Amino acid sequence: MRLVILDNYDLASEWAAKYICNRIIQFRPGKDRYFTLGLPTGLPRNHPESYHSYMWNNFFKHIDIDPNNAHILDGNATDLQAECESFEKKIKEAGGIDLFVGGIGPDGHIAFNEPGSSLVSRTRLKTLAMDTILANAKYFDGDLSKVPTMALTVGVGTVMDAREVMILITGAHKAFALYKAIEEGVNHMWTVSAFQQHPRTIFVCDEDATLELRVKTVKYFKGLMHVHNKLVDPLYSMKEGN
Amino acid sequence: MRGGQGAAWAPVLQFTNCRILRGGALLREDLWVRGGRVLDPEKLFFEERRVADEQRDCGGCILAPGFIDVQINGGFGVDFSQATEDVGSGVALVARRILSHGVTSFCPTLVTSPPEVYHKVLPQIPVKSGGPHGAGVLGVHLEGPFISREKRGAHPEAHLRSFEANAFQDVLATYGSLDNVRIVTLAPELGRSHEVIRALTALGICVSLGHSVADLGTAEEAVQSGASFITHLFNAMLPFHHRDPGIVGLLTSDQLPPGRRIFYGLIADGTHTNPAALRIAHRAHPQGLVLVTDAVPALGLGNGRHTLGQQEVEVDGLTAYVAGCGVESALEAASLHPARLLGLEKHKGTLDFGADADFVVLDDCLRVRATYISGELVWQAEVAGQ
Repeated sequence: MRLVILDNYDLASEWAAKYICNRIIQFRPGKDRYFTLGLPTGLPRNHPESYHSYMWNNFFKHIDIDPNNAHILDGNATDLQAECESFEKKIKEAGGIDLFVGGIGPDGHIAFNEPGSSLVSRTRLKTLAMDTILANAKYFDGDLSKVPTMALTVGVGTVMDAREVMILITGAHKAFALYKAIEEGVNHMWTVSAFQQHPRTIFVCDEDATLELRVKTVKYFKGLMHVHNKLVDPLYSMKEGN
Repeated sequence: MRGGQGAAWAPVLQFTNCRILRGGALLREDLWVRGGRVLDPEKLFFEERRVADEQRDCGGCILAPGFIDVQINGGFGVDFSQATEDVGSGVALVARRILSHGVTSFCPTLVTSPPEVYHKVLPQIPVKSGGPHGAGVLGVHLEGPFISREKRGAHPEAHLRSFEANAFQDVLATYGSLDNVRIVTLAPELGRSHEVIRALTALGICVSLGHSVADLGTAEEAVQSGASFITHLFNAMLPFHHRDPGIVGLLTSDQLPPGRRIFYGLIADGTHTNPAALRIAHRAHPQGLVLVTDAVPALGLGNGRHTLGQQEVEVDGLTAYVAGCGVESALEAASLHPARLLGLEKHKGTLDFGADADFVVLDDCLRVRATYISGELVWQAEVAGQ
């Protein structure tokens, strides 16, 4: 595991963005060589804060991706089981995920793999835990009755199949989950802990997220920052020949 | 031709590297256009899975909805109130020349004239969509002859009229057909004005109060009967008085019908209104401000003698001014507010999805660099060195 600790939210976000940028460029993508980026799913389509709107405004509209290469799990599909299976199939057909970028819930979940999810689970329909519903209430004017209780999600196993996993964790409210994920054992109650068994995981966090970690752990990884920073400096660009 | 989001065959244009006026703010966003309308790129991406067919770099400029001028008497030597045989050519010339000022829709305005003039001229100014040929004609603005003698301003006294005798029938007899009419300015203190206002409003014509000595009570009653606009606020009306604010008091009146908004035209040239007065009006009722030129035929020409309807005026230099409010407010006052006045805000005066793609490219000094109608380039500034 790499644990990269930055001072605050903005610096952590910037570091992560540079890392992803460099990874994609060093992969040398081309017409027949696609870099497959995995991102976790979110709220249902027809909500104004819907995941589609979120992804459009924060990602897709800023890049020149071919819309046919953007696959989003459709929570409004008529046959949800088939939708999940088709999603898994599309990942396989694309040659697998090169880099999966995700966050962590306060209850230690990755995507919507709530505590108790199988560590070898695949894409499926999942009932959300109360913690998650409460966290999402702010998108529905604080009205709990409006928050969806179920969601389609990639499984822990699906993410474990990715060639590389990056987890972004910021804020003091995530600190306990981070502690459980990396300093305790692999446990299906804290599904992010599954990545202790992944060959290439990188956790990017801010100071506040490390509040529950051992001083020893934090000091060790902070001491490695000069090595970690070589991953983002120099920052490559598609425009220059490299 | 215009289509909706469903004009799927038309090419998709993406205007990049710009700031667009949307929701009252200048946003760093791209403007997407298809089939002459503003397109929702998110729907295009997820539902149609398409990208733009053509991208145009706007060089960091501002993209604002095309300006709408609801009071313009002519320009470039053309006087809309002159009863010539070929009024159409005059309108067309002005329509074409105002594109360079960022105006994409306008209401040719006729000042007080004898009935013969109205009967001859009005049928020659039909409503017309804009395009490379010129700005769109939304309808005619008839300013007079049912106005106050004391406040006639530059209008000829001989041709003022009243509708005391036959109310709406007098109006019809004077103007002839109302088919091409969009706005009528009248003085509400004239007898039987309520009947006239109601009849005009029922026909979808916007009634404006102006060239009047009405007190606030009379003005409020006129609004209750349907009037929704004030012609060049402060000019040709009683000045604001703290015990009777007159027409100016409509800006803060609490007697207006619920849900109704009063709009007011302002000539922001620094001469018709002192900028301080302009700011008072803007602060009192920012959402109602509509910028108008009230341009005369001498617009664009030099000094000298020119006609304005039945009179001659001397022109001695022209100045132009933007009110001291934010850029976004000023741009909305020239586009969104006139569109709202005329009930066109779904299609004009806005860059919301589905609206007509009539817009203007401005640099940071708000100089017009290019004008588009229905997503088509209809005017472009000369680039230095070419």
